[in-house]
Amino acid sequence: MDLRFTEEEESFRREVIEFIEKEVPPAIRVDYDGLDLSPEQFEFAGRLDRKLAQKGWLCMHWPREYGGHGVSITKQLIFNEEMAFRGVPSRGHMGINIVGPAIMLYGSDEQKRKFLPPITRGELEWCQGFSEPNSGSDLASLRTSAKQDGDGYVINGQKIWSSRAHHASYCWLLARTDPEAPKHKGLSTFAVDMKAPGITVRPIVTVLGSTHFCEIFFDNVRIPAHALVGQRDQGWYQAMGTLSFERSGINRVASVRRALRDLVEYVKTHERNGVPLSRDAIVRHHLAELETEIEVARLLCYRVAWLQMKGQVPSYEASMARVFGHELSQKVARVGMKILQLRCQLMPGDPRAPIGGNLARAFLSTISNTIRSGTSEIQRNIIAQRGLGLPRR
Amino acid sequence: MDFDFSEAQKILRRSAREFLSSACTAALVREVEEEKQGYAGELWRRMAELGWMGLAVPEEFGGSGGSFFDVCLLVEELGRALAPVPFVAVTLCEYALLEGGSEAQRERFLPRLTSGELKMTVAVDENELMVDPWSLQTRAVRDGNHYVLDGTKNFVPYATVADAFLVAARTGAAGDDSLSLLIVERQAPGVEVSPLSAIASDGLGQVSFSRIRLARDHLLEPEGNGWSRLKNLYQRGAILKCAEMVGGAQWVLDRTVEYAKERVQFDRPIGSFQAIQHRCANMAMSADGARFVTYQAAWLQSENLACEREVAIAKAWASEAYTRICLDSHQAHGAIGFTKDYDLQLYTRRAKAAEVTFGDARHHYEALANLMGL
Repeated sequence: MDLRFTEEEESFRREVIEFIEKEVPPAIRVDYDGLDLSPEQFEFAGRLDRKLAQKGWLCMHWPREYGGHGVSITKQLIFNEEMAFRGVPSRGHMGINIVGPAIMLYGSDEQKRKFLPPITRGELEWCQGFSEPNSGSDLASLRTSAKQDGDGYVINGQKIWSSRAHHASYCWLLARTDPEAPKHKGLSTFAVDMKAPGITVRPIVTVLGSTHFCEIFFDNVRIPAHALVGQRDQGWYQAMGTLSFERSGINRVASVRRALRDLVEYVKTHERNGVPLSRDAIVRHHLAELETEIEVARLLCYRVAWLQMKGQVPSYEASMARVFGHELSQKVARVGMKILQLRCQLMPGDPRAPIGGNLARAFLSTISNTIRSGTSEIQRNIIAQRGLGLPRR
Repeated sequence: MDFDFSEAQKILRRSAREFLSSACTAALVREVEEEKQGYAGELWRRMAELGWMGLAVPEEFGGSGGSFFDVCLLVEELGRALAPVPFVAVTLCEYALLEGGSEAQRERFLPRLTSGELKMTVAVDENELMVDPWSLQTRAVRDGNHYVLDGTKNFVPYATVADAFLVAARTGAAGDDSLSLLIVERQAPGVEVSPLSAIASDGLGQVSFSRIRLARDHLLEPEGNGWSRLKNLYQRGAILKCAEMVGGAQWVLDRTVEYAKERVQFDRPIGSFQAIQHRCANMAMSADGARFVTYQAAWLQSENLACEREVAIAKAWASEAYTRICLDSHQAHGAIGFTKDYDLQLYTRRAKAAEVTFGDARHHYEALANLMGL
């Protein structure tokens, strides 16, 4: 039992902080969710990715043979934590975290040559083509088809909730290649060029007025045979197995920590009826409770990283860390809004908005945190079934 | 960042669990409860034989020189088994003597505490948790080379079977906040003990001191240094309570999951229904959270690193978690969990007691708010 980081890890953390303070001006930093980037933030994130690539930090967790540095899980966690805590704009890194690893594991030499180097240089934007209007939590029921036709495939169907599809050059697509097989066994993964004829992207407007998520329509889209990644009909199992890298959700917890820090600062500098808010018993209780829950969340994330460091594959532990962190992100927004009372309504852009209107934004944006990338309900099913061994039927 | 136990710690946990599973059954726990205000004497004797009361004590005083973290792991097992023995109280007295006792006091008391022969308990709280020196009413007035002790202590663990009390009293002049810790033998004239009827049936008592005359060598020197000593005692006490709660909470979670797998309604185990699965998942989150914040606080304390913040967090979270887990378990069990015969209620009542001992969430949130600079 030793809960300290090593001297080398602490030194790395300092290095990351120094880099962020030098390269990321306060004005460009994101809100607590970091999901919706302004055009300026999006451009900045792209330029920053190239700087990170130069430092060897963009794909630090990749194996050396593919251009990474095989950096430890703990160091990845430290990096992710600091980037999130300091609100660094990021494009989401689908290529770095999902597509690249899948191609490393299952791709042909040609695919590795074509896709991996540009990903390591931060040059390729990917979107995910998984969810469909009728296939969300029950993803394996998806119906977008990829029919073999001559020396290629023809794609027909519709994907939804695809992040930044309108900016992507490639789509990481999960489609049905064998409609006769049981639902998990007839799926394949493809790397689809978004310029292929027949692809239409339509942004969806969220409650925040953002267009981060998109629908993608495939209308007789012809793709070459070499767009298939890995084995035909093995796509589901390939999509589930990836290289082991840090995905505890520490970034979410770090964001919550940042929100709490801002709230603490706010209550220390604002009064109601001549009394500092920080002296209000209810405010003190709420903020101390958040501080406590953040610590629980942080340790649950560290536990996931520790298991990975030991060479174990976390299952329910990752679900637990994630659902706890996601619900906490909603709680900090809720509590923050209650503390601000009447003025909580003011949105970012209004000069009178307290804490830059970040809490009003967070109150709305965090609604999706317990839904996307695995709903809380699914996560609890996983904890119960895989963690506690409770029966499915 | 390493959450693993050492080999020795793994052995300690395993052997403690094995021993207690036969030496401290639910039947024994119920027997001691019915006896009202007793303790499990035979179990205590066997624990002494195993060297458990010597774990916190250096070898020179008859102990085995274990770490505070080791002691916490043992307390976790005791909490799982609901062991009705004054282990936490005796351990806190051992640490108080090690940190504040004179050479003579250590030689006089530690060997007998280690052997289990002397059951010393902490007599600190009065009507409320002591949150500052001014809230103490018990006085020890200096009279030459003696002190005269007057006052009443409440919620004293195992008061009716204790051989001695570690008492917190005000030794300063009126308006002064000086506290001191003094040792009072049960047999001293003027000591009266009466049992409290409390929710956990865990042997709490009231102890009143009427003009007890104590020689100076009963005081942990120097006079007036008591508040910082008391804070150390509360801090260790809070962590030990957390460890106890973690052990109990895990038993409750394990039992609930087993029940959910066995109990069949509508032709299927109730554990296959999402309502039960989600409730159990919430219980597991609470329990795992409690475990890690407790280990963090225990490890920091064990390494003599500053941990005021981490202790407040651990006690606040674990206190709420254990009670919540028990109440969730009742709901998952349906009617059977509400009976006296079913063991769950033994845990629920102790969860509530542990929640409020050494500070509940509200107390620790206030402490944390101060540490946060609010």
